[in-house]
Amino acid sequence: MHIDLDATFAALADPTRRAILARLAGGEATVTELAAPFAMSQPAISKHLRVLERAGLISRTQVAQRRPCRLEAGPLQEATAWLAAYREHWAQRYQRLDELLDELRAGEEARAGEEADAAEQARAAERRGGETT
Amino acid sequence: MIDDHLVVETPGDREIVLSRMFDAPARLVFAAFTRPDLLVRWYGAGGWRLVECAVDLRVGGYWRFVSQGPDGQRMGQSGHYRQITPPHRLVYTELFDDQSYPGETLVGHDFTELAGRTTVTTTLRFDTPDGRATALRYPMARGVTESYLRLAELLATTAEGRS
Repeated sequence: MHIDLDATFAALADPTRRAILARLAGGEATVTELAAPFAMSQPAISKHLRVLERAGLISRTQVAQRRPCRLEAGPLQEATAWLAAYREHWAQRYQRLDELLDELRAGEEARAGEEADAAEQARAAERRGGETT
Repeated sequence: MIDDHLVVETPGDREIVLSRMFDAPARLVFAAFTRPDLLVRWYGAGGWRLVECAVDLRVGGYWRFVSQGPDGQRMGQSGHYRQITPPHRLVYTELFDDQSYPGETLVGHDFTELAGRTTVTTTLRFDTPDGRATALRYPMARGVTESYLRLAELLATTAEGRS
């Protein structure tokens, strides 16, 4: 199976459509049932459903007078897997950056420590100098 | 999954936004993103390493990275700097040598320091929605994360079994 990732992400970009998918994850629902929690007309919801249907994220079946919508998990799971791989790629990069930053910070702290020691020694030498004259 | 608080989002139709906190001041993080001697030490993943790194850090300046993979394969990417505001912001264009989708990608890094820690928010804006989809497929297509490929296969099989 190969999905149109572009269509999937475009469909998922809208908060109303994500909410519809979340509702359908709990089971089939009709347009009327889906429209209920939103301050939206049924035609507006139907428009969102068409986008989700084209992206393969939902399907609709004719059951007598009803056309309930159901979630199609495949494309959603595949898109999630692609995203997880992409994330993992960056996570690996950033772990190496963590190590580098730890080293840079430790280096700076060590240098700051040495400078403080040197300044302290200089002050001590000055005090000794003052005592002898 | 590694609990490293890396957040990846895909807002709109052509953007990818990545956000991650680092335990270092912005000054050091900015240096790690802009100094070749530091970039070669971390940039790359899954056995890929930077073997060439040229940075002309000024607005309009050219940058070019060449990475080498575990089997010796090479990949080049380059672009021009658009905005340089150390240590807060860095914006540049990016184009891969073997890129299959059209147009340059605009890459912006925001470095936000709070109590000695820095959050890096990276926004990649692709020229087309198809470009974003292709870029999202890159890591898996290159086989850098084989474990996730197996996961995708498993998920696909599960989904087919159910439908």
